Amino acid sequence: MTTLLQQIVNGLSLGSIYALIALGYTMVYGVLRLINFAHGDVYMVGAYVGYYLSRKLAGREPSFVSAFVVMLGAMAACAVLGLVIERLAYRPVRRASRLTLLITAIGVSLFLENGGQLVFGPDPKFFPSLAPHFDFHVAGVRLTSEQITVIGVSFLLMVLLRFFIMKTRTGKAMRAVSFNLDAAKLMGISTDGIIAVTFALGSALAAAGGVLIGMQIPKIDPLMGIIYGLKAFVAAVLGGIGNVPGAVLGGLLIGISEVMVVGYLSSTYRDAIAFGILILVLLLRPQGILGRVQKEKV
Amino acid sequence: MKGFLLAVAVVAVLFAANALFTGALGAGLAMSPYLLQVICLAGINIILAVSLNLINGFTGQFSIGHAGFMAIGAYTSAYMTVNFGDRVQSVLSFLPSAARDGAVLLISLAAGALLAAIAGFFVGVPSLRLRGDYLAIVTLGFGEIIRVFILNIDAVGGARGFSGIPKIASFFWIYLFAALSIVVVYRIVHSSFGRTLIAIREDEIAAEAMGVDTTRSKVISFVVSSAMAGTGGGLFGHYLMYLHTNSFTFLKSIEIIIMIVIGGLGSITGSVVGAVLYISLTEGLREFAQYRMVLFSLMLVIIMIVRPQGILGHREVASFLTRRRRLPTVPSAPL
Amino acid sequence: MALLELSGVTMRFGGLVAVNDLHLTLDPGRLYGLIGPNGAGKTTVFNVITGVYTPNSGTIRFDGADIGGERTGRITRRGIARTFQNIRLFGDMTVLSNVKVAFHCRQEAGLAAAVLRAPKHSSEEERVDRESRELLKIFHLEAAAEEKARNLPYGSQRRLEIARAMATSPRLLLLDEPAAGMNPHEARELMDLIRWVRDRFGMAILLVEHNMKVVMGICEIVHALDYGSTIAVGKPAEIQSNPKVIEAYLGGA
Repeated sequence: MTTLLQQIVNGLSLGSIYALIALGYTMVYGVLRLINFAHGDVYMVGAYVGYYLSRKLAGREPSFVSAFVVMLGAMAACAVLGLVIERLAYRPVRRASRLTLLITAIGVSLFLENGGQLVFGPDPKFFPSLAPHFDFHVAGVRLTSEQITVIGVSFLLMVLLRFFIMKTRTGKAMRAVSFNLDAAKLMGISTDGIIAVTFALGSALAAAGGVLIGMQIPKIDPLMGIIYGLKAFVAAVLGGIGNVPGAVLGGLLIGISEVMVVGYLSSTYRDAIAFGILILVLLLRPQGILGRVQKEKV
Repeated sequence: MKGFLLAVAVVAVLFAANALFTGALGAGLAMSPYLLQVICLAGINIILAVSLNLINGFTGQFSIGHAGFMAIGAYTSAYMTVNFGDRVQSVLSFLPSAARDGAVLLISLAAGALLAAIAGFFVGVPSLRLRGDYLAIVTLGFGEIIRVFILNIDAVGGARGFSGIPKIASFFWIYLFAALSIVVVYRIVHSSFGRTLIAIREDEIAAEAMGVDTTRSKVISFVVSSAMAGTGGGLFGHYLMYLHTNSFTFLKSIEIIIMIVIGGLGSITGSVVGAVLYISLTEGLREFAQYRMVLFSLMLVIIMIVRPQGILGHREVASFLTRRRRLPTVPSAPL
Repeated sequence: MALLELSGVTMRFGGLVAVNDLHLTLDPGRLYGLIGPNGAGKTTVFNVITGVYTPNSGTIRFDGADIGGERTGRITRRGIARTFQNIRLFGDMTVLSNVKVAFHCRQEAGLAAAVLRAPKHSSEEERVDRESRELLKIFHLEAAAEEKARNLPYGSQRRLEIARAMATSPRLLLLDEPAAGMNPHEARELMDLIRWVRDRFGMAILLVEHNMKVVMGICEIVHALDYGSTIAVGKPAEIQSNPKVIEAYLGGA
């Protein structure tokens, strides 16, 4: 018998992953005003890197150390992937029209998806278990060790990110660039470098999400980035695209609503709920919960 | 008078071509069914591309939900034909079979276009207030919602798909409507109303300041564009005889966007070129099987980097034919 | 009756009060100037009058009707046209088309007539073409009719903005820094042009200008603004010697 509390816990776990991916969307939009369609696919690559890494470590006992190593490896790999994508595909079109940027992003996304099917094979793979599994029972709610890991690691990463953005020089520079790229350049900030760091960070977080989801729902396939990416994107918009705490808030809200809808309504609406929320947000409050309205100067 | 004669000539040519390609003039002269299918699908693409260009290229509104309206048109018209086609046929029994089929097709297409137009209105009014990326995302969302909605309607097949649609759309009808869409969009663009659309694209605030009711213009062009997409969808269903919502995903909307971007936004000729080029590319790369999409997506990125304005940019074929006058810079003339 | 009447209009952006309890009256057919140091709220006044912003309080009456909160397009159709401080032409359209767009709100034939090429549409297009070219001639732009607006030199672009606004048949024309970036010779021509236009078409004109020669040269009445409030109203000579105005521009002694 699943109680409301159980639903919320499940929702938080799912929502943390959405939040990790949403952070990447929101940070890139913040500095570049680009909706990085390919971001969901970076998440997918992260999951696969994690998969192959954990296969390498197969044979050893599942332990937290090996889980840690796998996650770090995936994060590093995707950080590099993010840098490459930014340098090769997005930087050449940085000054182009919105539509051009959008189509370029779509092109990269399609490339990763189809390339993934080619390289990894289109059939789903099963993530081996990385960390020892146990259940907690607290107040009638079942908490799996995977869920604790997901929520715990996500929380840790988000705290680290917040610290980075608020307290470090690079983080300050990122915020400056997201306000006004040209002004930041005039202040001597190396905008190319900041944008690269933003991509690397966002991609690393997405990769972490990919490994975490692999730990929770062991099935991964090359097209998993599409639906997860889309929902994470909705989460970013819901929270206010460009707004970092907003991405976290949005992710958790989307996660919880999805679990609630499936639990109390029906699972056929699992994916539709995200679209529904998206449309409501865009029609009623396009700047999202924590976003600010951008007025054009006349 | 001149226009009327031209129209008659076009219809006659299409009619003759259709007879030729389908083998009515002799089986030896017929075109291979595969090639004919590609050409017909290209014709439907032309309708979709030209109509999307009206809203994206000429009005500058970033819409990526076109597949949704295509789906509405496709399913509505297919439903009409399958459920009421026989009745219409019997009422018109005095006409030859081809004419009867044509009448059924026209009525069904009209129904599909009408419903697509209505949907376009209800999507357009709230969405067109938004700018840029937001509009893109909202139209994408609506496109998906329409698709999921149709997927859940059992009367049109649901997840099994809608089969049993009679093949009453032929090369003739497809290209007749393709020609019609080109003419309609051309006339819209070269009218006073069309100027307001381009003005909105260039600077919406200034357009509003010059007395243009920008909401009205945007919604009207959106509705017209959706109706045309619905017509394309209707022809699609009556040609392939089977419909499934998998043909109308967000990917389909993206395909149409790619067509108009490759051809050149804001150029009708460009949309035609883009539509034909796109299907040639996808068919041409078919032999590369799994590598096809990878190559294609790579090409897409490269084109965006190298020539984002597409092949024709904002120009039409006609502008290449007239001699480009080089004007001297205009001096600040003394009074 | 006054053509345009602003009573107690206030416009706030967050904590900043851009326009503060403004009272402004414009009579038909007269030439007015609106001056003030940078940031005084002049363009905001234009934006409020033309419906780009809705004032937080106060009323705006045009020809007796309350136009506060109406959409810009509607206000333009009532008869108020404007130019922009930062030129906002339709860059990719030809000079002629830029003007034609502004005629649209005065046309009758609808889209259906256009698609079907009905005679009503063709005859209206002819009329619009003729009248647009006449307007271009007045503003010495007829040679550039087929040129893309973005290719025009700066001075011509400014004139095109005015020509375009004229095509909406306004009864009140708001010009936002029409002489900006012009040398003295161009500015003098502009002054003659504005006066000529007012005499010929009889509309009221309100100009925001920093170029004092222009303001003093053609304006009949000048409003001086500072920090969103009126600090002086009167004939040019009076304003020029008004101590409050001098202080606003130069700072206290």
